[in-house]
Amino acid sequence: MIISDQELEVLINDVYEYYGFDFSSYSMASFKRRVDRLFQLDGFKSFPVFLSKIRTDPEYFKRMVEEITVNVTEMFRDPLFYKVLRTEILPVLATKPFIRIWHAGCSTGEEVFSMAIMLKEANLLHKSLLYATDISPAVLELAKKGVFPLRMIKQYSENYIASGGKEDFSRYYIANYGSAKFGEDLIERMVFSQHNLVSDRSFNEFDIILCRNVMIYFDKDLQERALELFDGSLSKLGYLALGTKETIKFSALQTKYSQLNKEKIWKKLR
Amino acid sequence: MEEAAVNNNFKVLIIGGSAGSLEVLIRILPQLTAIPFALVIVLHRKAGDDSMLEELIAAKTTIPVMEVDDKTPLVPGSICIAPSDYHLLFEKDDILSLDASEKINFSRPSIDVSFESAAEIYGSRLTAILLSGANSDGTNGAIAIKNAGGMVVIQKPESASMSYMPNSAIQNMVPDYILDVDGILDLIHNIVP
Ligand SMILES: C[S@@+](CC[C@H](N)C(=O)[O-])C[C@H]1O[C@@H](n2cnc3c(N)ncnc32)[C@H](O)[C@@H]1O
Repeated sequence: MIISDQELEVLINDVYEYYGFDFSSYSMASFKRRVDRLFQLDGFKSFPVFLSKIRTDPEYFKRMVEEITVNVTEMFRDPLFYKVLRTEILPVLATKPFIRIWHAGCSTGEEVFSMAIMLKEANLLHKSLLYATDISPAVLELAKKGVFPLRMIKQYSENYIASGGKEDFSRYYIANYGSAKFGEDLIERMVFSQHNLVSDRSFNEFDIILCRNVMIYFDKDLQERALELFDGSLSKLGYLALGTKETIKFSALQTKYSQLNKEKIWKKLR
Repeated sequence: MEEAAVNNNFKVLIIGGSAGSLEVLIRILPQLTAIPFALVIVLHRKAGDDSMLEELIAAKTTIPVMEVDDKTPLVPGSICIAPSDYHLLFEKDDILSLDASEKINFSRPSIDVSFESAAEIYGSRLTAILLSGANSDGTNGAIAIKNAGGMVVIQKPESASMSYMPNSAIQNMVPDYILDVDGILDLIHNIVP
């Protein structure tokens, strides 16, 4: 390790003091690696220089948040998960007059656009609102545009088909100079805003909350707090969807939920 | 927290490998019955191969094979396998964490990531075995384990179907043992609580 435990503690404290972002309850093993990686990536020679850059340069802090959080995402990531959404969850949501969805930790938006495409195909998009939030302003700026690298589209169309998509995927975007721009009709139903799962509160009641591959970077206590936040933001019989290797099994809340088959989707019972 | 650490002072055996390592495990695992330590296996595997590896390994042993989700507790007497497409990390309080960040050494799970992280938490309670493979993943991790006071065992390159991985480690650090498969088995039998 390049940065010592003590230095890491100083950094976490300073970031909290200067910017109000609290990373103290992140999974330390992974968080340390991220900080080390950034330190090396940006060619810092000493910890004090690194720390002072973070403290004095808000633009650099923004970069730090972007780099320290893991932002990798895909459209229709884990296609079988989307298949279950499509075949088992959307038909239930369809009976509601209005559908509210929260993508917590949406990163650059691929997950939100995937959901919007499925809603559109189920003829539900017009009565849905997709709230997409993330701690990192940098990824939200990208997400809002609905523009993804064209080189990824082959993979995304394969995922789309594997998730049960029947349309020609190319009808959803316009290719231009190496990028694929997704339709305004999808973007119209989305609301993007910055929201920190560590410190911000519930802002609405939802029929389904997706928080996939976000809480793996939290320690157990913070996971529990985030789960409580989701629990307080879910309507009765609402759904909570996590990443393929995430579970609420270790949480006190699990008794209030029942899991759908083997998928990482839970239904709130009461 | 102090108390928990004292009560659960178990040892951890971590095995890392790539091409040619599964055949070694398939020879070793049926010979192990009850193990007094926690066994963690980190193999390079195809993305999205889901639970194939877990099933294969579970079929070769009577020791319980855990399904590893994020924050699964590590318990002695069981086997945990790093899932495909995630790095496997160790937290305080004997908890496993997963991480889907960039590949390291073209690999996710990466052996270096797990070895380095295990070294930090388990120090001298850790034994690592690095098996056959065709890349240099594991070398840095083996160095970290030695520095933290753990034991490092490398599969004898001549006994490995891919000698690159063990050779890379041997050229860059001094392991405690270099052993063929029978030697590795003896060593595992001699890990006492
Ligand atoms: C790996 S991405 C997940 C993207 C998408 N949900 C998926 O599964 O593909 C994790 C996201 O969580 C965000 N994140 C990390 N800490 C957060 C926090 N405290 N509050 C909200 N979002 C956070 C990161 O900025 C990052 O964009």
